[in-house]
Amino acid sequence: MIGLAQTGLQSAAALALMPFQPPAASSIAGDVDQLYYLLSAITIFFSVLIFSIIFYFMVKYRRRSEDEIPPETHTSMALELTWTIIPSLICVVLFVWASALYVRESRPPANATEIFVIGKQWMWHLQHPEGPREINELHVPVNVPVKITMTSQDVIHDFYVPAFRVKKDALPGRYTSLWFDPTEIGTYHLFCAQYCGTDHGEMIGWIYVMSAKDYAAWLAGGEKTESMAQQGERLFTQYGCIECHVAGGGGRAPSLAGLYGQPEKLASGETRVVDEALIRQAILVPNSVHVPNYQPIMPTYQGQLNEEQILDLIAYVKSLGSQERNGK
Amino acid sequence: MSTATADIHHDPVESNVNYLNSSYGIKSWLLTVDHKRIGLMYLAVITFMFLIGGVAATLMRLNLVEPQGALVEPETYNKLFSTHGIIMVFFFLVPSIPATLGNFLIPIMIGARDVAFPKLNLMSWYIFVTGCIFAMIAIISGGVDTGWTFYPPYSSLYSHTPVVIMALGIFIAGFSSILTGLNFVVTIHKMRAPGMTWFRLPLFIWALYATSLIFILGTPVIAITIFLLGLERLFHVGIFDPAIGGDPLLFQHLFWFYSHPAVYIMILPSMGVISELITAFSRKKIFGYSFVAFSSLAIAVISFVVWGHHMFVTGQSVYAGLVFSVLSFIVAIPSAIKVFNWTATLYKGSISYQAPMLYALGFIGLFTIGGLTGLFLASLATDVHLNGTYFVVAHFHYIMVGGALMGYLGGIHFWWPKITGRMYPDIWARVAAAIVFIGFNLTFFPQFVVGYLGMPRRYAVYSTEFQFLNIMSSAGASVLAVGYAIPLVYLIWSMRYGPPAGRNPWGAKGLEWTTQSPPPTENFDVPPIVTEDAYNYAYAEAPHV
Repeated sequence: MIGLAQTGLQSAAALALMPFQPPAASSIAGDVDQLYYLLSAITIFFSVLIFSIIFYFMVKYRRRSEDEIPPETHTSMALELTWTIIPSLICVVLFVWASALYVRESRPPANATEIFVIGKQWMWHLQHPEGPREINELHVPVNVPVKITMTSQDVIHDFYVPAFRVKKDALPGRYTSLWFDPTEIGTYHLFCAQYCGTDHGEMIGWIYVMSAKDYAAWLAGGEKTESMAQQGERLFTQYGCIECHVAGGGGRAPSLAGLYGQPEKLASGETRVVDEALIRQAILVPNSVHVPNYQPIMPTYQGQLNEEQILDLIAYVKSLGSQERNGK
Repeated sequence: MSTATADIHHDPVESNVNYLNSSYGIKSWLLTVDHKRIGLMYLAVITFMFLIGGVAATLMRLNLVEPQGALVEPETYNKLFSTHGIIMVFFFLVPSIPATLGNFLIPIMIGARDVAFPKLNLMSWYIFVTGCIFAMIAIISGGVDTGWTFYPPYSSLYSHTPVVIMALGIFIAGFSSILTGLNFVVTIHKMRAPGMTWFRLPLFIWALYATSLIFILGTPVIAITIFLLGLERLFHVGIFDPAIGGDPLLFQHLFWFYSHPAVYIMILPSMGVISELITAFSRKKIFGYSFVAFSSLAIAVISFVVWGHHMFVTGQSVYAGLVFSVLSFIVAIPSAIKVFNWTATLYKGSISYQAPMLYALGFIGLFTIGGLTGLFLASLATDVHLNGTYFVVAHFHYIMVGGALMGYLGGIHFWWPKITGRMYPDIWARVAAAIVFIGFNLTFFPQFVVGYLGMPRRYAVYSTEFQFLNIMSSAGASVLAVGYAIPLVYLIWSMRYGPPAGRNPWGAKGLEWTTQSPPPTENFDVPPIVTEDAYNYAYAEAPHV
């Protein structure tokens, strides 16, 4: 086919070569496509059915004389029920199929690698926990599930990788996430799919899915950087957090060791699992989540820390949790 | 067709005085309380707005011929698609059929002299025009770049364009919708002629009744939403922007709580028109009258609980996603019922193919595709991939242009002889209908493919592999533009030079065809008494030739 294009039949070749399917490069892409084909088949079947019936009636019952009065036909309850029930059953099948897939899509595997993403007008900032930071590019190893946790520094953006069939809004002020398991080595589009202002169309990037070997080489090849947790630890000292949140307890504020992923009873009586969103909230609006037995004296860090620093601090708190668990 | 017929139930002697020539001068129009004249005044204003929105669309499609943008800078492109969306939705499609054909026809179809509140009706027009003026000021002073969806915090704190003026225009025009809806509901309840029972009403009336309910219940929500947006933009009150304590998703919930039902504001009246056209041009009673009538009401009610399907990828909870998905499938069923009933109406009919019927058949075809592709977006897993891409753009244009606009044009062509008393050249009208159908499909079908390939909407520049489909789409748009321009020419021509239409040029049933064309100011010479069901074609007298 490529030869055809080169031999000059350019417009015909452009049509022949034009992909009618985006690359399918994640573990769910094939399943999404199957559902898409089923939906396409239903669409074509019913469109052709309606068109053929209308066309047949148009010809068969065309007006033959100006004063023609056609016979009356009566409404048939059986017909009405048929064309209510059959589409309803089809909808039930579609709903169940699509929802099962969606639920699967919304639960990242426990062993997924985490990548943190910050959207800003008009670029993607991507952070690996090991330290490397990328702009508008993401390198990931093939066949390793990746969980993207993202936020926005300004307006709403949307992280969309057509080849993986995944998409999620990046919202200011909160964390959203998606996951994918890339199955094909290659380079794939990253698009912003939520209108975000002047250069929305240029808020694009590339996902590089690499073999494990190439990925290791890429990681080793970059300049040496601290991991996110290490940078978070430095911020923890720099901003004085460590003065109250004394390791091992006994400070004016609770120790953060072992906290991540655990349910925590708040002074409001509510119990919440300590996750990224809660840690973020504790840093920016501390008194809204303060815990019993401690005075609500923590100042807000709103405006002092940027989104990257908050993510570093979260990574640090998470690393404390895993140290504790590893220690047990 | 030269079968101008006079209905023998009424005085066959035609009076020369009608609502158009009973008084003269600009003042007699601007101060009129005649629902027919008000309908025509709406027609003039929305046709102008349609042209503005159409120019914006044309420039967009021209720009997209080249991946790097053939014509304008991204900033300008963003203003173009925002202008196109805002004008077409709020200032053309929402008022299109209700304000023009609805105003003109509802009182005549139910045998009334006017709407329940004629002065309120005139006030609604002035309110609408005021809204249009604000929108035009916003456009002339540079235009907004927020998209028609106005998502904050972009629209509230980041955009440097006259968002508040445009929002004010929409806010004001909304009151015109609310008052028109109120007027119609009261009119349909209280002004029906003797014998015009609920189940003798033409289905156009049922459709507009359902539409009016959405006007009354939904429009205040968009008004509140826009008001809050203005508060945040002008006074930095933290409502939607999280940086000042707001929640950006709250806006989306409120916005779609109106704007999804608004889709049905656009399509329900067209469905009503189609029921009239299919019956008239096949000379058949509608198949399943009550199913078609109640499906309109079902759509109006269910449309209020499906808004979350616009937010499947916003991080809304999985359970909310499941509920909104199932409700979105449910709202598809009444639409399917309508399509099947229209098709069954043709069975054993006496079908003729004048221009309005071509629009009606085009509507059924395009609406069927538009509706079925909606299933892709109600299905959660496929929506994740397709949301925010050109697939969505194609889907809703099949509904709003292939559906709503085709119905509007079909209705205009059907009732034009009644409105103006003149016939237009049928052959040109058929050619235009065919051009619109072909141009429409050429424009929007490639967008399904390019959306599935992953091209996001609202991109001023795009990846080169999408260029071929974009060129096809732009080529289709130029065909479509020709299809829209032709009716503008021959309809205006016919107002002066068209042959007189007579009372009932189509041999159609319905009270509007029993009065003279154009109707007298008081609609009927003798107040009508209704003794038969709608679409009683089996008992029609043969049309006089």
